[in-house]
Amino acid sequence: MKPFAYERAATPTQAASLAQAENAKFIAGGTNLLDLMKFEIETPLTLVDVSRLDLVDIESTQDGGLRIGAMVSNSDLAAHPQIRQHYPVLARAILAGASGQLRNKASTGGNFLQRTRCYYFYQPDSPCNKREPGTGCPAIGGEHRELAILGTSESCIAQHPSDMAVAMRVLDAQVETLLPTGESRRLTLDELYRLPGDTPHIETNLEAGEIITHVILPPPLAGMQTYDKVRDRASYAFALVSCAAVIDADADGKLNTVRLAFGGIGARPWRDTAVEALLMSSHGEMAAIQQAVDKLLINANPHPKNAFKLTLTRRLVTQVIQRAIKAAQDPQSPSFAAKDK
Amino acid sequence: MPNITLSINQQSYTLTDLDARTSLLDVCRHHLNLTGSKKGCDHGQCGACTMIVNGRRINSCLTLAIMHEGDEITTIEGIGEPASLSDIQQAFVDHDAFQCGYCTPGQICSATALLDEIAQRWPSHVSSNLSDPELIDVQEIAERMSGNICRCSAYPNIINAIQQVIDNRGIGRELASQGDADIGAKVDRDAAQIWSPPPSNIHHPAAQAPNPPASSQVGDAQ
Repeated sequence: MKPFAYERAATPTQAASLAQAENAKFIAGGTNLLDLMKFEIETPLTLVDVSRLDLVDIESTQDGGLRIGAMVSNSDLAAHPQIRQHYPVLARAILAGASGQLRNKASTGGNFLQRTRCYYFYQPDSPCNKREPGTGCPAIGGEHRELAILGTSESCIAQHPSDMAVAMRVLDAQVETLLPTGESRRLTLDELYRLPGDTPHIETNLEAGEIITHVILPPPLAGMQTYDKVRDRASYAFALVSCAAVIDADADGKLNTVRLAFGGIGARPWRDTAVEALLMSSHGEMAAIQQAVDKLLINANPHPKNAFKLTLTRRLVTQVIQRAIKAAQDPQSPSFAAKDK
Repeated sequence: MPNITLSINQQSYTLTDLDARTSLLDVCRHHLNLTGSKKGCDHGQCGACTMIVNGRRINSCLTLAIMHEGDEITTIEGIGEPASLSDIQQAFVDHDAFQCGYCTPGQICSATALLDEIAQRWPSHVSSNLSDPELIDVQEIAERMSGNICRCSAYPNIINAIQQVIDNRGIGRELASQGDADIGAKVDRDAAQIWSPPPSNIHHPAAQAPNPPASSQVGDAQ
């Protein structure tokens, strides 16, 4: 690991100010950053420790939503009674990720900013446009089974690894930030995350020194919520494909609200409201599901070893929609879409 | 280089001129001769380095010692001594819950904190009800211990050891008396004795489902 200067910030304002230094990084839980620093993939000159900032509350907002401090641990967020009761898709997504030890340490703000687990990004002696711009992308034509099929570019096909952020995307969460100027702003996740294009090393629209201080959740949504994660082993693995869903259906099976966000397939947590519109007012007929998935994947750019994700996504959407309808028709059904209603 | 004071196993240690890069694990092993915690992968993947910090289990390899001033740190040395084993340590002995023993300090620290999480009724990925997690069963223990890898694959005995402590501490009975009528019925102790890993394929019905009609538009890979 390269040497660095260590600074502990007492306030968010001080943190933002300290982080304006050349090649400074915030450290909260450190579960991803320190891993990357050991490989010298991240080589900050200054580490600004934000782990003790007083950003650990989960408060109600005036409109009935929640404002979550960025330093709330993943474990505390998933276990919070309000999250469990009103935003179960978020609790489920967090619990589907990492291990107990990592969730205890990882912060809400940091989870958004974790970096891809692409093998080539993690291999310091390999070319990688994300790690060393202009060196190329060996994942294209190489090992890319886990990587993205949506939002990718000729420069980079890395996937965003977060489960939590997929649930945040389906819930229309916003991040609240503080800039070194003292200004605060709110970003939707589509505003936070950039697509790789020809600058895959620039992953977010956060400015130098800008720190995520809170996450804002809108008021709870009606309907059932699920997080489905398909992965290579039953626990402690990243998603091949995951789907966060909020679905409100009538007892006759008519879909009133459908929200779907995806992990494992996108360069960022993926949501396409046009896909959802194709399902709303349908009864989840196979034709409607087909049409919706076709729309979702119309611009997909699969490679030989991850083309299976097209099929897997299709199956997963079919599963989720049909299960939600079944649960709406029979609230006693063991379908697990019903259990977190 | 900074000087820091750490509280480990209720003892205060001052470290002078500590390199800021030093992990909590390396401080314990290399500076303080607390070598019970083990270094497996050094990347947060195996759990051999698990310690309990402020009551929470964490990977001590993935955190900087300098970030832990003022925290209450517990390592395996603080959990029990050979002459006074904790109930979890004794259960590991009773159930032969190890072979080479390298992962065992991490397993025991992890299980120690896990039992507090269970007592606080934290849900897990396999809990069918988030708001009111049911009694802890074999699948629950396996899921909640997934951050601790055992290359000797002593998992069935580790799970039995943890199950024994849950039973002895009455955490299960306590949960059952909290009004879940079906909780008692759900537990099948005979079945719980036999744990086998889930099939090592993709774990979702969607992965096994019959293939929906393929769409030519997206070049479905079949």
